[in-house]
Amino acid sequence: MDSNHSTHHVVPAKVFALVLGFLLVMTFLTVIFHNMHLGALAAPVAFIIATTKAVVVMAYFMHMKYDTLINKIIFGTAFFFVALLCIFCVLDIFTRIPVQSTL
Amino acid sequence: MSTDNTAHAGKHHFAHHFKSAEHEYEASKQGIWLFMATEILMFGAIFVAYGIFHALYPDMFAEGASHLDWKMGFINTCVLLLSSYTMAMAIQSLQSKQGKKAVPYLAVTILCGAIFMVIKYFEYTHKFHMGIYPGKWFQYEGAQHSNLALYFSFYFVMSGLHGIHVLIGMSLITWVMIRAMRGDFDEHYYTPVEGVGLFWHIVDLIWIYLFPILYLIG
Repeated sequence: MDSNHSTHHVVPAKVFALVLGFLLVMTFLTVIFHNMHLGALAAPVAFIIATTKAVVVMAYFMHMKYDTLINKIIFGTAFFFVALLCIFCVLDIFTRIPVQSTL
Repeated sequence: MSTDNTAHAGKHHFAHHFKSAEHEYEASKQGIWLFMATEILMFGAIFVAYGIFHALYPDMFAEGASHLDWKMGFINTCVLLLSSYTMAMAIQSLQSKQGKKAVPYLAVTILCGAIFMVIKYFEYTHKFHMGIYPGKWFQYEGAQHSNLALYFSFYFVMSGLHGIHVLIGMSLITWVMIRAMRGDFDEHYYTPVEGVGLFWHIVDLIWIYLFPILYLIG
């Protein structure tokens, strides 16, 4: 590993300003779509916008774009296990409960 | 083995069990990323539970969300996004040898956290006045769905756990701000600011999801 400290990637201040602007625009979009009452599409649209914002925050504010592979894997693992938890809970509840539960 | 701490003008010397300052920085940051992974696991489990109950009782969750003022959530989202920006800029100033700018950036970050908590306080007290409390203390009379308390249990647990994170984050930023004022950090050493910054961005990241699911979709 390079021991020279000056090798840390420094993101230009302008990029952070652009990122903030993008995030605020996306927040406005969420609210605009919400007030359009999209019905069944409302949840997926809000979720896609939120995920776009989250990815930008992780990539730039958290410097993940310039981080080591191992740190990306560590963080990604958490999302993998949350997805696993979600899949098995959904499989269980939505196959069993409609058949035999009083819920 | 080369020791490069003599090449640095900064006051910080890396601990003897690391082979270089960079090694210490990378190891510390990796520890923070592991901690961040546990944060995702903790909040992730609650999000999964929310998703499943929402799918079981969509009308009841819609009623719950209608009791929240999306304008409050919207302002709080903007405030937290701004605070994430100032946090990132505090680190950027340190990295680009303009360490003096870091202190005002950190101060604005703390201020944004405080604004967020004040808005949350008004939202919570408004709910309490209506008899909307978490769990078994729920005593709101006008509920159309008999299990509306479930929605507000999610609301209080999710936003409450998030609020605790905001308070902890504000304390940690105060700590690094005091150290920055003391001149502990420069372009060679800013590891604590980086670690606290990652934590603060996670707080923002979780709110990015909490805002639409609690206030908008319901």
